Formats: sequence, C-alpha cells, structure tokens
Amino acid sequence: MFDFISDYDDPTLLGAFWMTVKLTVFSGVGSLIWGTLLAAMRVSPVPLMRWFGTVYVNIVRNIPLTVIIVFTSLGLADIFGVTMGAPDDFALQGFRLAVLGLIAYTAAFVCEALRSGINTVPVGQAEAARALGLNFTQVLSLIVLPQAFRSVIGPLANVLIALTKNTTVAATIGVAEAALLMKEMIENEAQTLLIGAVFAFGFVVLTLPTGLFLNWLSKRLAVKR
Amino acid sequence: MTSVLYDAPGPRAKRRNVILSVVFVAVLALVLWWVYKTMDDKGQLEWSLWKPFTQSEAWTTYLLPGLADTLKAAALAMVIALPLGAVLGIARMSDHRWVRGPAAVVVEFFRAIPVLLLMLFANEFFARSTDVSSADRPLYAVVTGLVLYNASVLAEVVRAGILSLPKGQSEAAQAIGLRKSQVMGSILLPQAVTVMLPAIVSQLVVIVKDTALGGVMLGFTELLNSRGTLAANYANVVQSFIVVAIIYIVLNFLLTSFASWLEGRLRRSKRSTGAVLGVDDVDELNAGEVGGTFATGAEK
Repeated sequence: MFDFISDYDDPTLLGAFWMTVKLTVFSGVGSLIWGTLLAAMRVSPVPLMRWFGTVYVNIVRNIPLTVIIVFTSLGLADIFGVTMGAPDDFALQGFRLAVLGLIAYTAAFVCEALRSGINTVPVGQAEAARALGLNFTQVLSLIVLPQAFRSVIGPLANVLIALTKNTTVAATIGVAEAALLMKEMIENEAQTLLIGAVFAFGFVVLTLPTGLFLNWLSKRLAVKR
Repeated sequence: MTSVLYDAPGPRAKRRNVILSVVFVAVLALVLWWVYKTMDDKGQLEWSLWKPFTQSEAWTTYLLPGLADTLKAAALAMVIALPLGAVLGIARMSDHRWVRGPAAVVVEFFRAIPVLLLMLFANEFFARSTDVSSADRPLYAVVTGLVLYNASVLAEVVRAGILSLPKGQSEAAQAIGLRKSQVMGSILLPQAVTVMLPAIVSQLVVIVKDTALGGVMLGFTELLNSRGTLAANYANVVQSFIVVAIIYIVLNFLLTSFASWLEGRLRRSKRSTGAVLGVDDVDELNAGEVGGTFATGAEK
C-alpha cells in the first residue's frame, strides 16, 4: 500500500519534511531577530522609529505571503540578480530566497507578539519600580522584561506554528519541501486519500507536540494577576 | 508620553532622542537611495513600464477580473465556512462527550494542516471523483481548501464568542425554564454573533491572502495569477508586483479598519454585555494552538 513512497527519491518523503523543518528553523531564528528589532523600534521613545515599525508591520501583514515569496524569485533573483551567495546552485538559492521571504513576513507577526507581551505588563509595575529609585536598565531587566517574556511565550508559540504551516508556500518557487512533493505524488499516484493522510499526518506530528509543549510552558510561567 | 518602558523624557533624554532620530533618518535615507539607485540601474524606473497602469486596458483585462475572482473565492469561502463553523463550534461545547470529542478532533486536525495541502488534495479529489469541469476546478479546490481550514478557525471564534458572554445570561435563561436548544438559539447565539463580528471580518483578511496560493499552485485566475499574464504582456514584472501588492494592502487595510471600527462601536455600545472578540484575537486562533485559551474582550 505504501510501496509508491519508495519510488520518490529526489527528495524522499523524509527528505521533503526535513526541508520543511530546515525552512522553519532558519526563518524562525531570522524572524525572531528581525522581529525583535522591529518591536524595539515600535516601543522606542523616538517617534520616527515607532512610525517606521508601525508602517512596516501594517504593510507586510496585509500582503499575502505568496506574493512576497514569488517576488523573491521572479523579482529579486531574476530582475535584480540577487543570488543569495549561490549563483549556480538553484536549489540552494531557492531555499535561501524562501527563507528571506518568510523572515520578512513572519517578523511582522513576531513584532506584534512581542509588543502585546510588553503591553500586558501594567504601567503601575514600572511606576512603582521608578518610585523605588531603580534606573532605566534596572526597571527593564528586573521588572518589565521578566514579566513580558513570560506572557510572550504563548503568542510566539502561535507564530512558530503558523510559520511551520507557512513554509509550504515555498513550494510556489520550487523549494523541494513537503507540499511540493505532495503535489507531485498526488498527481501521479492513484491513492489520493492515502497521500493526503500521510502528509497531513506529517504536519500534525510537526505542529502538535510543539503546540502542546509551548502551551503548557506558557501556562506554567504565566504571571498570575 | 510615559509608558511601561520609559518615563517622560527629561532634557538629556530629549537630546538623545533627537540624535537617534537624525541617525535613523540618515540610515533610512541611505537605504531608500540604494533602492532607488538599484531600480534605476536595472532600468526599472522607465515610464514605459509603469505606463500600462495609467491606462484602462491593464485594469479591465487583467487586474479587475483577477480581483473579482479573488473576492469571489473569499466571499464563497466565508459564506460556506460560517454556518459550518457555527455547527462545529456549538458541537464542541455539547454536553455529550460523543459529540464534543469528534468535533474537537475535526477542528484541531484542520487547524494543524497547511491550507495549501487542503487545496492540493481538494483539486485532485475533484479531478478524479467528480465531474467538475477543469475550468471550474481551481475555484472549487481553492474554496474547498479555504472552507475546511476557516470553518475550524471560525468554530473556535464561535466558541470563544459564546464563552465570552457573562455566565448570568445562560443562568437566567435556564432559570426561566428555557430548554438547552432555546438557551443557545434565543439567548447565547444572537449575542455571540455581535461579539464575533469584528473577528469574522478580520478572518476575511486571512482568507483573501490565502486565495493567492491557489493562483500560483492551482492556476486559479485570481489577482496574483492575472499579474503573471499582465507581466508577460507588458514585460513589467517588478512594477506589476508593486501594483498588485498595493491592491492587496488597500483591500486588507479597509477590511481591518472596518473590523476595528466595529470593535470600537461594540465596546462602546450600552446595549451589549461589553464582550467583544477583537481583531487581535484572530491572530491567536489562526495558529492552531492546541486546546488553547485566549483572552476575550470581557476579560481585558
């Protein structure tokens, strides 16, 4: 029943899901960095930086991820000659372009998650800390950030799970990940339902444990108010 | 302005902010100049590449029909997913375990799977098991994929909407002797609909964005897909991407603004219980958080 799976070796089923995992990890780390920078701008005391953060988030959130990813290939690579350090290896180039697109898109959501986390800390906490005579660094490192980090885990976990599912969009520029392999298999093989179930199972395996664990963690660490 | 992070600025902080602003403007200007220079070097600022968008042909032949298909798929998906989601959401709150359990499994399953997988599967299913014509198939597949995913998200919206109502509502209804179906049908659901309205409108943004997947992977002739035909005709890839992105931004911005306006109106309204499922709550529900709880308007 599962014989047909071994007919596919470029990539194999596991190889395709490994590509999904790689896309998730690289874009996850990248968007965490870029998203943190954006969040820092959005809450900074400099109005111009706040403005830039807001504009970036509102523009990027409203463009479909598909448009961004397809543009990295047809626009950045084909027109502007952005080769991402891999001019001859098109598989690697596609992978890096997809990661770039995913970072640009996901960072907007990371930024919003971080900002909402900071906003859950009541102003009175910081005011009390300032009244005690703590300076800016102390207020931030002792009072605000420890509380903000705890309330940010839940929203960030959601962003991570959404990112895992969004990596399938990389299929639109031919990155050999799970969705692209599913498209090829389901078009060529007769077992439509079985193939659908196998790939669905793969994604459930990827997202379910992550979701359960991070959800448990965020509840455990939540600041009781 | 004071916030959690910093106090109202004194003289030293004001001076520092001015310096930071100047540095930031310089960096931003440098980046913008670099983008301009690159565009110019590659000849992307030639008027001939932008000119098609000032004439009606590009709009009437490519962009507007594409936009119409995008909106058609989004509207169909929403109209079909809403009642399905309501049924699933209410089933998930049933007193009977054999109703609650399967509903929960269905909802969590479809939220955990990428919508692209659902579209690909639906496309193949329609090709093999039904006699839907190959011209209609992309639309059917896109709508089916969107319905399966969004019905389960909306199920959670419905559940959260009903749970956000004050407990006194159902208790009072039970006290005057209403049956379970009457409590749900005449008391909870009508109030929950108003609570959910902003969340439903912002879910439309998610649906509109996901239709673009069908354009690339299934050949559905929506906005992003017609951009390809347009660019093939006028040879203006970058320009067409920018115009299409602007269309998406304006469309989704209008939807988001409408949702926020609804939310604000409902929060202020004296007749409601004050419970609202806000625009931000939708982001949380879309991720497929398992067994998650989320802040509802009542608790904020």
